[in-house]
Amino acid sequence: MELAEKNNSGSEGPKLGAYLAGHLRDYGLLVALIAIMVFFQIVTNGTLLKPVNITNLFLQNSYIIIMALGMLIVIVAGHIDLSVGSVMGFIGALAAVMMVNWGWPVWLTIPACLVAGIAIGAWQGYWVAYWKIPAFIVTLAGMLVFRGLSLWLLEGQSIGPFDRSFQALSTGFIPDLFGINRPNGTALAAGVIAVMLVIWMGLRKRAANRKYGMDDEPAMFFAVRTLVICGALFYVMYKLAGFRGLPNVMISMTILTVIYAFITENTVLGRRIYALGGNEKAAKLSGIKTEKLTFLAFINMGLLAALAGLIFAARLNTATPKAGFGFELDVIAAVFIGGASMSGGSGKIMGAVIGAFIMGVLNNGMSIMGIGIDYQQVIKGLVLLAAVFFDVYQKNKG
Amino acid sequence: MTSLLEMRSITKEFPGVKALDNVNLTVAEGEIHAICGENGAGKSTLMKVLSGVYPAGTYDGEIHYDGKLAQFAGINDSEELGIIIIHQELALVPLLSIAENIFLGNERASRGVLDWRETFQRTEGLLKKVGLKESPGTLIDSLGVGKQQMVEIAKALSKDVRLLILDEPTAALSEHDSQALLDLMLELKAQGVTQIIISHKLNEVKRVADSVTVIRDGSTVSTMSVHTDEITEDRIVRDMVGRSMSDRYPPRVPTPGALLMEVEGWNVWHPEHKGRQVIRNASFNVRAGEVVGIAGLMGSGRTELAMSIFGQSYGKNISGTVKMHGQPVDTSSVGRAIAAGLAYVTEDRKSLGLVLEETIQKNTTLANLPGVSKAGIINEAEETRVSEEYRRAMNIRTPSVFQKVMNLSGGNQQKVVLSKWLFSGPEVLILDEPTRGIDVGAKFEIYGIINDLAAQGKGVVMISSEMPELLGMCDRIYVMNEGALVGQLTKDEASQERIMSMIVTEVVE
Repeated sequence: MELAEKNNSGSEGPKLGAYLAGHLRDYGLLVALIAIMVFFQIVTNGTLLKPVNITNLFLQNSYIIIMALGMLIVIVAGHIDLSVGSVMGFIGALAAVMMVNWGWPVWLTIPACLVAGIAIGAWQGYWVAYWKIPAFIVTLAGMLVFRGLSLWLLEGQSIGPFDRSFQALSTGFIPDLFGINRPNGTALAAGVIAVMLVIWMGLRKRAANRKYGMDDEPAMFFAVRTLVICGALFYVMYKLAGFRGLPNVMISMTILTVIYAFITENTVLGRRIYALGGNEKAAKLSGIKTEKLTFLAFINMGLLAALAGLIFAARLNTATPKAGFGFELDVIAAVFIGGASMSGGSGKIMGAVIGAFIMGVLNNGMSIMGIGIDYQQVIKGLVLLAAVFFDVYQKNKG
Repeated sequence: MTSLLEMRSITKEFPGVKALDNVNLTVAEGEIHAICGENGAGKSTLMKVLSGVYPAGTYDGEIHYDGKLAQFAGINDSEELGIIIIHQELALVPLLSIAENIFLGNERASRGVLDWRETFQRTEGLLKKVGLKESPGTLIDSLGVGKQQMVEIAKALSKDVRLLILDEPTAALSEHDSQALLDLMLELKAQGVTQIIISHKLNEVKRVADSVTVIRDGSTVSTMSVHTDEITEDRIVRDMVGRSMSDRYPPRVPTPGALLMEVEGWNVWHPEHKGRQVIRNASFNVRAGEVVGIAGLMGSGRTELAMSIFGQSYGKNISGTVKMHGQPVDTSSVGRAIAAGLAYVTEDRKSLGLVLEETIQKNTTLANLPGVSKAGIINEAEETRVSEEYRRAMNIRTPSVFQKVMNLSGGNQQKVVLSKWLFSGPEVLILDEPTRGIDVGAKFEIYGIINDLAAQGKGVVMISSEMPELLGMCDRIYVMNEGALVGQLTKDEASQERIMSMIVTEVVE
């Protein structure tokens, strides 16, 4: 209690306002996503949130989100990776060649491709970290190189189809553990557990914040925010339960998101990456091995791009020379919409994930509406600019 | 003498703060007027009001310039009347030439096509005026800070300056360059340019100023003139902080213990210029509980010595040994140097010492994250506790440790850097210009912290360009010149004259 005096105590009114002003970005992103979803839900006459479409939303965006996790770390570290689309396509092609042409089993192909992704990340990270070549240039080169290599691997053809067990990477669903099937019991149970987890973790964080006098979220905000998140979460789960349940890829995506959020926010490794992006020289003089961290950030990016490539190939059930074309732009846009700074040192995993969903819902909603690809690009571009403008405007005002 | 500028009861409020409260400033035609005050006293705000950065109407009070009421809507209005500010951070484009910089925004051109002949000819004239022998085509990049400062002045002269305002012009300059700049100020004065100088360095103020206005907490405290008053450093300091100069250094009873760190035969070569030796066979030592100073001119190699010892953060082909408690230790990376018990507080806290966008808490633990972590996972509660502890111990003035360090004053930022290094648990701290750009009040606090460290038995190596500070704080002073330690003096032997003469003798040889 004695710490409460540190907050600008005063009447409830200005305090609420000040709190909202300080955290507009955090709420704004979530509110924007919900607003966009509500908008498309209305204009598509309810098609957007149909169970089959929600399932599609996850399937369509999983690889963007997975790459956004790695991209956020690269951008926080003060770099960029333009090659992820090409790397993803290359790994898909590699997997296809391994399985279809060479007859490798799935259990061998997947780890081999992930290792290839790590090797690609190491290759690019080496030039950036140890030779200080700007990441923009290294990965622009990588973009060309790996696009060319996938063309070469595939000899300009599409290769497929794949074994069912490989397809399950993307299009498989978690079976109903309770045997109900419609609605899917696993999905419902997962929904309930997820809601309880969100509430429990929220309360715990709140208690911790209060104990150490961090700027405290007003109770009303906390309640509304938690209610909205839980409501949305359960709604989505309920809808999914009405179709085929939880897609495999959604599970892996969720687990990865939680792991990366934890790494970036709670570990020494994560903290050091933020410090590296915030001020590389100061980080170095504080005993942080900045080169090694940069190297790791690119290795991680390569690994996640490879995973995304496998999932994408599994989803299409074929590897095509065009796979992943232009995806780097969606991934980078997602991270910046999510609030990361171009100069490094700031940005959050959850922001990047929500940013990816915003892009995904825009894509999906506009496609349902039958808006042409031309306008879609224009609108996505303007959304990106608006989001970043909002950030800059906030910063200048503060 | 008529007054060129009169600022009458200027009051400027920001939401929640009164930055200026009824400030009066009168500058006579043709004089050099010094404005002194601690950081945050309101000097910069006053100059921003004067130059129109804060346009008329956003402040109360009146500005009379050249006998007329002046209401500037922006910086262009004030420049038109010949009021030109040279800011502390120089505003030159490094990869353009001197001539291009001087006429940047004021290009000599007809219909958008540059007239290079006129540009170069006029630049030559201006450079002569400020005493620079460089060719107008020289890139700014290749000039030292001192010469860059001169280019800034030449740029001001190109705009027919009547009132030249210099904001801490010598803060980044060496002794020699500072003297040249002060000489130039006097020469400009002889040519009739009225000048305002904002400075922390009271000896410089004393040297050039005709009158001095002291500002404290946004109000004018006193105005002195050489014609009517006796201006002494002591009086200025007293007015600035309300404390007398004799108490500028907190007292300490030195209790040197056993030898803590020894550096022997330290040699360092320049990282880029092959064959240029930056540090020559330097040897020094620190005892537990001792404060040892390293004096020397800027560019004498003090920072290079410190940084090369601290994890080889500077230089190439480094040789020599570092011993702690008589045992040689490995300091070949920053991590190893920290493990060996060293800490280095940089002279450039903003670009080398802090992550400005991060919170006080996150900066405090940066050099010792494992100290608040288990198995690589940060215990945030513990981290908060630690940073709160340092906030209190160091008296960092901030509402909470969750503030970004960007928002702190220089003195408080320096305390955060010190917290960071104290939390890494060092035995020897190398402090490089620990009070640079910090106001008198905060300096006193930093000195107190240094004394406490010595009292706890830590060894302190203090590098400083301010000789009075070394004389006031150190038990022993090494004198450095051209990369070599040319001698050492005990506290009783040391004086500004002896230190200078050691440096000068070496130069003559």
